[in-house]
Amino acid sequence: MSIPIRPTSPHLQIYRRSYTMVLSILHRATGLALSVGLLLLSAWLLAVGTGPAGYARLMALLDSPPGLVVLAGFGGAFWYHFVAGIRHLVFDTGRCLERREARRSAVVVIVATIALCALTLWSVLRLRGLA
Amino acid sequence: MSLKTPLGRVLGLGAGGGSHHWWLQRLSSMALVPLSAWFVIALVRLPDVQWATVHGWLARPLSTVLLLLLVPTLLHHSCVGVRVVVEDYVPNRRAKTLMLLALQFLHFIVGVAAVFAVLKIAFGAAP
Repeated sequence: MSIPIRPTSPHLQIYRRSYTMVLSILHRATGLALSVGLLLLSAWLLAVGTGPAGYARLMALLDSPPGLVVLAGFGGAFWYHFVAGIRHLVFDTGRCLERREARRSAVVVIVATIALCALTLWSVLRLRGLA
Repeated sequence: MSLKTPLGRVLGLGAGGGSHHWWLQRLSSMALVPLSAWFVIALVRLPDVQWATVHGWLARPLSTVLLLLLVPTLLHHSCVGVRVVVEDYVPNRRAKTLMLLALQFLHFIVGVAAVFAVLKIAFGAAP
């Protein structure tokens, strides 16, 4: 069966770039990243179930500089996807879809993400006695 | 319920059962707001990440119940989300179908492994 060539979304060559669009793309990108992160979450749960030795091996990997960068990345991706996801849930009720409201909520998403990331980092550092 | 036109259906166009996936994605999103927040906040509030501390936290009955809600919901949310991305960006029908199959199998495998881990932490004998 032949299928006619149809345009695929998103129509990047048609839409003018705006920061609400960047937010939307980021939501997908962080969602994809977090899907990969589920592999790590499962590995971590399995490691905890395996016992102290297996757990220590995984934690040693995560405690290296590249491991910490990956963890920080997943942390940031999580909070962004979390806050932006709530914004999308509000959109789905038909609210805040006007341009001005959408731009304002975009700012709220960015500020809330930065705040939650900072709070998480501070909490981790404080409890580990590093700050 | 199908929102596809009869013509769209016989031509095999569109994402197939779009409104069903759309609704499931919202349902899992709503569930994940409290569940994922609990997990991340509780995790970063642990006094340390030694095995005994982490195991002790995860082995508590409340943690087990919440994890058994969280893990399948996460995997489902991820599966539907990744599916939409593949449907949007992979135009080749064969590649699309193969990727969707592979991703769904992968999600099932990872999900079962994670649920097994949660149960082992809850019911397994202390090593």
